[in-house]
Amino acid sequence: MKVAAEIVEVSLTVNGERVKRSVPARLNLADFLRNELELTGTHVGCEHGVCGACTVRVDGEIVRSCLMFAAQADGCTVDTIEGLSDSREIEELQSAFVLTNALQCGFCTPGVLMAAQALLRDEPNPSRERIREYLSGNYCRCTGYQAIVDAIEAVAKARAARKGR
Amino acid sequence: MKAPAFAYARPASIAEALALLEKHQDDARVLAGGQSLVPMLNFRVAAPKVLVDVNRIAALAGIKIAKNHVRIGALTRHVELERSADIARHLPLIASAMPHIAHPAIRNRGTFGGGCALGDPAAELPACALALGATFVVAGKRGERRIAAQDFFRGLYATALKTGELLVAAEFPLPKPGYASAFGELARRHGDYAMVGVAAHGSTQGKKFSDMRVVFFGVGDRPTRAAQFERALDGQPAAAKTIDAALTELDADLQPRADLHGSAATKLHLAKVLAGRVLKQMEGVS
Repeated sequence: MKVAAEIVEVSLTVNGERVKRSVPARLNLADFLRNELELTGTHVGCEHGVCGACTVRVDGEIVRSCLMFAAQADGCTVDTIEGLSDSREIEELQSAFVLTNALQCGFCTPGVLMAAQALLRDEPNPSRERIREYLSGNYCRCTGYQAIVDAIEAVAKARAARKGR
Repeated sequence: MKAPAFAYARPASIAEALALLEKHQDDARVLAGGQSLVPMLNFRVAAPKVLVDVNRIAALAGIKIAKNHVRIGALTRHVELERSADIARHLPLIASAMPHIAHPAIRNRGTFGGGCALGDPAAELPACALALGATFVVAGKRGERRIAAQDFFRGLYATALKTGELLVAAEFPLPKPGYASAFGELARRHGDYAMVGVAAHGSTQGKKFSDMRVVFFGVGDRPTRAAQFERALDGQPAAAKTIDAALTELDADLQPRADLHGSAATKLHLAKVLAGRVLKQMEGVS
């Protein structure tokens, strides 16, 4: 793409499915997922990278989908909360969130789950302090975070116990 | 809000990027990690007609150890600096700064070069570059030029980069034996921009301070070396009492302005408290 264009062709893999679209350059990845692909589990909160509600995985790493343009995801692999949920990758986290009341309105929850899964993948046994630090970029206005930390810690401990058996 | 309309280009090489920047001049803006630029677009603080996305230019990425320096490519992501054994070993100041920069999802995307080229006065990496005496490598249509960190940061969101130029890398001299560093910042919430921060580097060999470079950020329009404070440490015992005695020099070195975080007096006070804490953590200080 040596010439600048306002409309960009993109081809990417979203939750394992190949998608091709023609998009305005200014369309961010969050709006692309929500409006073009109707994957509305990715939430749009602050639109400047502060709240974490739009967190998705691009090529395996969590990013803010409001701070990336759909055009930049051309050729990438994107995983959203729908993908992680359908594949049952975050099944334990989802159950723990329900059990500990780690969500009320649920607006932040998809982003929190994306971040929590990334944390447990890289650090299977984080301290409560580390969980709080890692999730410091995900705002929740309902729970006061205590129950969210409880849920993530419970999953980490359950996984460690299974491994030790 | 959403970004205003722009045209998007994704060059595959530095030469292609320079050609685009040359063609579009001041209408163009380089898009690296986008973790500051995209919010600025969404807030309509910036409205470039053309975004030149350098994310696929392989030559801009990566950390290389040379004989006398560490070269950090402009497109090196924060997460790579955070996880790099080479950075931890050779540039521990940068390694210790990384956890303070925003949050994991931001660090996965944000780049070293973007963080420097923006010229944000509260950013961590420009302060580290200044403390470590880095040299920025900049490409333009007439070839490459090198700019010392002390000449690179020119003011609030202002750098020595000219229209049509692209930041390629920075070269950090390998620290000499006996040199140590320390980093700290105060922020209301983890990952927020610093109210005040300090990056310090220098020698504590022979239990004496020498060649100290103490850089403050978040207290001026650019990262600022504390010249009088550094002089007060020079040749003195590397000890807590030396540091405590030298802190009053910061009254002359720093002229913070009041901001949302507090009054000028509060910021100066915090700078002194933090400088004391950070320098006492330096290896070799008793």
